[in-house]
Amino acid sequence: MTGAAADQPTRDSLARPVVPTTVAILGSGKLGTVMARLAVAAGQRVLVAGSGEPEAIRLILTVVAPGAEPARAVDAVEQADVVVLALPLGKLPSVPVEALRGEVVVDAMNYWWEVDGHRDDLDDPATSTSELVQRHLSGSTVVKAFNHMGYHDLDEGPRPADVPGRKAIAVAGDDAAAVATVSALVDAWGFDPVRAGTLHDSIALQPHAESFGANVEAGELEAMLARFAATERGAVVGAARAR
Amino acid sequence: MPDIVFGLDTFGDVPTDESGAPVSHARSIRQLVDEAVLADRLGVDVFTVGEHHRPEYSVSSPETVLAGLATVTERIRLGSGVTVLSSDDPVRVFQRFATVDALSGGRAEVILGRGSFTESFPLFGYDMADYDVLFEEKIELFSQLLTEAPVTWSGTTRAPLRDADVFPKTEGGLSTWVGVGGSPQSVVRTARYGFPLMLAIIGGQPERFLPYLDLYRRAAAEFGTTEHPVGMHSPGFVADTDEEAVAAWWPHYRVVRDRIGALRGWPPVTRAEFDREVATGSMYIGSPETVAQRIARTVAAMGVGRFDMIYTSGGQSTSARLRSVELYGSVVVPRVRELLAERAAAAGSQEAVAA
Repeated sequence: MTGAAADQPTRDSLARPVVPTTVAILGSGKLGTVMARLAVAAGQRVLVAGSGEPEAIRLILTVVAPGAEPARAVDAVEQADVVVLALPLGKLPSVPVEALRGEVVVDAMNYWWEVDGHRDDLDDPATSTSELVQRHLSGSTVVKAFNHMGYHDLDEGPRPADVPGRKAIAVAGDDAAAVATVSALVDAWGFDPVRAGTLHDSIALQPHAESFGANVEAGELEAMLARFAATERGAVVGAARAR
Repeated sequence: MPDIVFGLDTFGDVPTDESGAPVSHARSIRQLVDEAVLADRLGVDVFTVGEHHRPEYSVSSPETVLAGLATVTERIRLGSGVTVLSSDDPVRVFQRFATVDALSGGRAEVILGRGSFTESFPLFGYDMADYDVLFEEKIELFSQLLTEAPVTWSGTTRAPLRDADVFPKTEGGLSTWVGVGGSPQSVVRTARYGFPLMLAIIGGQPERFLPYLDLYRRAAAEFGTTEHPVGMHSPGFVADTDEEAVAAWWPHYRVVRDRIGALRGWPPVTRAEFDREVATGSMYIGSPETVAQRIARTVAAMGVGRFDMIYTSGGQSTSARLRSVELYGSVVVPRVRELLAERAAAAGSQEAVAA
């Protein structure tokens, strides 16, 4: 793997992205239900798939994310403009790879050894977990976003674009159009999108990075990402990638 | 207005002594006994100790501590907060708590949980990959054991039981709750078994959890199970002044928070984050009046029937901890009851005017 951020999208995309109107969320736990609320509040059609039958989560969605509809993962994906992965990273093998072909996929997941068990492949400073997700979903376009903010901050944080103190969400990806789409989604959900380079660069958003857990405004998040290489974790990543 | 239950909760954090040095695990456990005896004398309703398997905490075997407390206290309820059922044997959990119930004259209570830490899995030979099935099967078996009739059960996580009768029997049934950290599926499961729900609200605005109370009630109605009053537990600490409380809590909390955070990849906690939790979040820290006002506000806003304060987090000193327990029991709880009664009276007179 090369270390260069060769495909980094330009900061200002020329094409004005269209805000997705239908969103599929795979995962109906703490994070998935918070995201479903954000999407409903943004006026989007929201389809949520849990690990079992849709009926099993109907009551949960009715109460904690009213307006979101339960669905099977394949049906949700088929109808969606963008698909959000909000399940434990270790459950990635359960997502429908073929159905996701051609879709823009938001990777909001983190390696969490307490849930996923100790996995050297997911804890490798040379490779970001989103790169592994992209490799697994080879026919999809993966964009990393929403992973660095705690779900309770995500729940409390949304604000309209013109309100001071609006919090920022980092967006990283290799495909400029997909990054623009997900940035539009971030904005629609009430946060300022901050460009964070490629999927390879997205290791700067993972656990052990300064930005992990960040619930800050855009300028501060940009500054954190800019100084990542100079941090202790940045040095570990740099050394692993120089090998 | 139903009487609200007020409790104290600890994981048996290792405190520091007068010189600032951490005391031994053994002394930490004896400190708990002193605090529980004081809480009992001051009329606190319930005292719970939570199972952990880390050096910062002295309680790995809650019911052994509770057995000790049972014989030196008189009226306080004695609970676990939580028992990590996934990595324990439901039959043994029932037997041990039934024994505490006998020793305490019916004051034992178990809060079952999956635990937010995972050290118990490798320690007792369980695989994290079985996290969901372990809890699902064991809570099902535990609910059968609570009938105190012979149990026939089979599953994948322990040996089957055939007409197995389990002893000792209790005199009035074993009070059992389920502790939940915010997973909606766990809330629904708790309602499905008809257990009371204890919400761990350890950060952010408590109102964020209101949908979970609603979910619990709606699920209980759908399953036709009993809808019990919901409990919540949150961290807190009381001293004579706001400044003293923050000074006694923050430096020690910060150390343990950052040590555990580093394992999970979190950056260090900032003072601004801490101050926000104290002002509007889920840390009830300050003078008796400050803490009482915040607890009363939360209890009223949430409509909960029980509030347990986790009064230790790190190495708060032995003397500051005893003072915190004393102020909680003697000043904060009576004051919260008073504030809630005032709110209820005000609401009642408004209703009378409206009628």
